Amino acid sequence: MAEILVLVDHVDGEVKKVTLELLTLANRLGEASAVWVGAGYDGAKDKLAEYGAQKVYVGDEELASYVVAPKAALLAELVGSKSPAAVLVAATGEGKEIAGRLAVKTGSGVLTDVVDVADGFVAEHSIFGGGIISHAKVKAGTPIIAVRPNSIAPEAAPATPAEEQVAVTLSDADKGAKIVEKVVEEKGERPDLTEASIVVSGGRGVGSGDNFKIIEELADSLGAAVGASRAATDAGWYPHSFQVGQTGKTVSPQLYIAVGISGAIQHRAGMQTSKTIVAINKDAEAPIFELVDFGVVGDLFQIAPQLTEEIGKRK
Amino acid sequence: MNIVVLVKQVPDTESPRKLKSDDNTLDRAAADGVINELDEYAIEEALLIKEAHGGEVTVLTMGPDKAAESIRKALAMGADKAVHLKDDALAGSDSLQTSYAIQQALGTTGFDLVVLGAESTDARTGVLAAMLAERLGVPQLSLANKVEIDGTSIKVQRQTDYGHDKVEATLPAVVSVVEKINEPRYPSFKGIMAAKKKPVETLDIAAAGIDAAQVGLANAATEVVDFAEAPPRAQGQIVTDEGDGGAKVAEFLASKKFV
Ligand SMILES: Cc1cc2nc3c(=O)[nH]c(=O)nc-3n(C[C@H](O)[C@H](O)[C@H](O)COP(=O)(O)OP(=O)(O)OC[C@H]3O[C@@H](n4cnc5c(N)ncnc54)[C@H](O)[C@@H]3O)c2cc1C
Repeated sequence: MAEILVLVDHVDGEVKKVTLELLTLANRLGEASAVWVGAGYDGAKDKLAEYGAQKVYVGDEELASYVVAPKAALLAELVGSKSPAAVLVAATGEGKEIAGRLAVKTGSGVLTDVVDVADGFVAEHSIFGGGIISHAKVKAGTPIIAVRPNSIAPEAAPATPAEEQVAVTLSDADKGAKIVEKVVEEKGERPDLTEASIVVSGGRGVGSGDNFKIIEELADSLGAAVGASRAATDAGWYPHSFQVGQTGKTVSPQLYIAVGISGAIQHRAGMQTSKTIVAINKDAEAPIFELVDFGVVGDLFQIAPQLTEEIGKRK
Repeated sequence: MNIVVLVKQVPDTESPRKLKSDDNTLDRAAADGVINELDEYAIEEALLIKEAHGGEVTVLTMGPDKAAESIRKALAMGADKAVHLKDDALAGSDSLQTSYAIQQALGTTGFDLVVLGAESTDARTGVLAAMLAERLGVPQLSLANKVEIDGTSIKVQRQTDYGHDKVEATLPAVVSVVEKINEPRYPSFKGIMAAKKKPVETLDIAAAGIDAAQVGLANAATEVVDFAEAPPRAQGQIVTDEGDGGAKVAEFLASKKFV
């Protein structure tokens, strides 16, 4: 079976769910080999084994001290020495950048924001705000594919991976952008927006930053992440890093609840591939209702707290 | 400081966007063109840097004739001059080829700093800054939501999924910016008038030193094999709140096993 490289996405050893999704996908297409860069490997290796990594390549910790380039250098080294059939990375901001540099280094085609990959490495995209499904292929080099988080259901498939340390010599250019400090923002107990299986987002209808408590309480009752429309982040009610949409994050959860959001095309671009969509909006004509599986026309200040309470009762 | 800001004209997201059925590429004629939104933040950042440190801002755009509209807007905002890379041979280029073409064009302008938006609203690949930095062999300062320059040293705050990284480098460098790094200015009437007199140089691939065999749809490293409209979502159930709206949603969520 052909070897497929999966770059592990993690924060200080805490493996992101998208990595498990990529391992599952890689084992569907061939044999998954995980590639590790950075601190915390010892605490993470069981997780990689549990989700089917047949091999793990471990790079030097120093590679994580510079922006992106060293990770691409390590992958390029592996593409050269192991001739994998494809390389999978998470379609996060950083994952896509690594993919881009790797593509230049290896003269390969790169496909980003992919939602599925079929035999022959035919990649599926959902484009223009989810209105069109397209398929694309890489014609040159080794397919480099950045897969959108939450697109594949991760499946445990315990393996006993062989470990291999990989050395790579960094050029001065690879070390050009030094990370002098890593600032991890407190997000409390809530899951990551792009990884969460449930997202509750608030928009202009929420009315103020203080009122976002209503959104947070609803999210917490469901163990969900909080998102926001651009109208809400522009107003300063919620930080920009929580913005969903074309110029914000793309999310694809099992359940998306839009509260006081009209459903502009730029917002839809970031959430349209959600599996189940629920909206609460007082305007029956709001475009968000074209997307929903379930919608309530009414005042969010009545409906959202009642929903939070009802969910509490059902626990 | 020689600052080059990359600008791309994209179809307006408000107007319907389509792919062409003959070659599966974006139908740029079908939609109104606008400047890629994040590029406005890039232009603003370039202007702020020039205002603080002196120098010149050059707009570099690759695209068909129509892209001249976006150049005008960037000049009206305050950029000093522009280079328009346009050649039929470039049509259909993918990200790998585009980064090569822009690298070559940057050879004609030179640069201390290249500034661009982190992503375009049409392709949304988010790879160009990384590819350019790789090709140019200069530091990649991407996804910046804050930029500080002192002499030849540059510090940026890089937006990450977990918060941000503080990054340091030495110029020359490539910087890509995210939304909300600044508040892009509107062109003033004076700016719009002045823009008409600012120099715009047109480059074809020969003038930019671009090898025709390395660009264009036929030579792309990726290809779109097919596309179709996404199946419409089944019409959902919509109810009007009669005091029990929250309970109704809870019932629905329970029926789907979310609670
Ligand atoms: C290039 C570009 C990029 C963009 N990128 C993004 C992006 O990434 N993300 C994004 O979200 N937007 C983006 N936008 C903006 C987008 O076009 C919309 O302006 C924005 O999504 C609107 O946010 P909203 O739905 O919260 O506000 P509105 O459109 O104002 O909608 C508010 C909704 O709340 C409802 N409401 C009000 N009060 C109540 C109440 N008491 N109870 C129930 N409902 C109520 C109203 O009926 C209305 O439907 C972008 C725009 C452009 C041009």
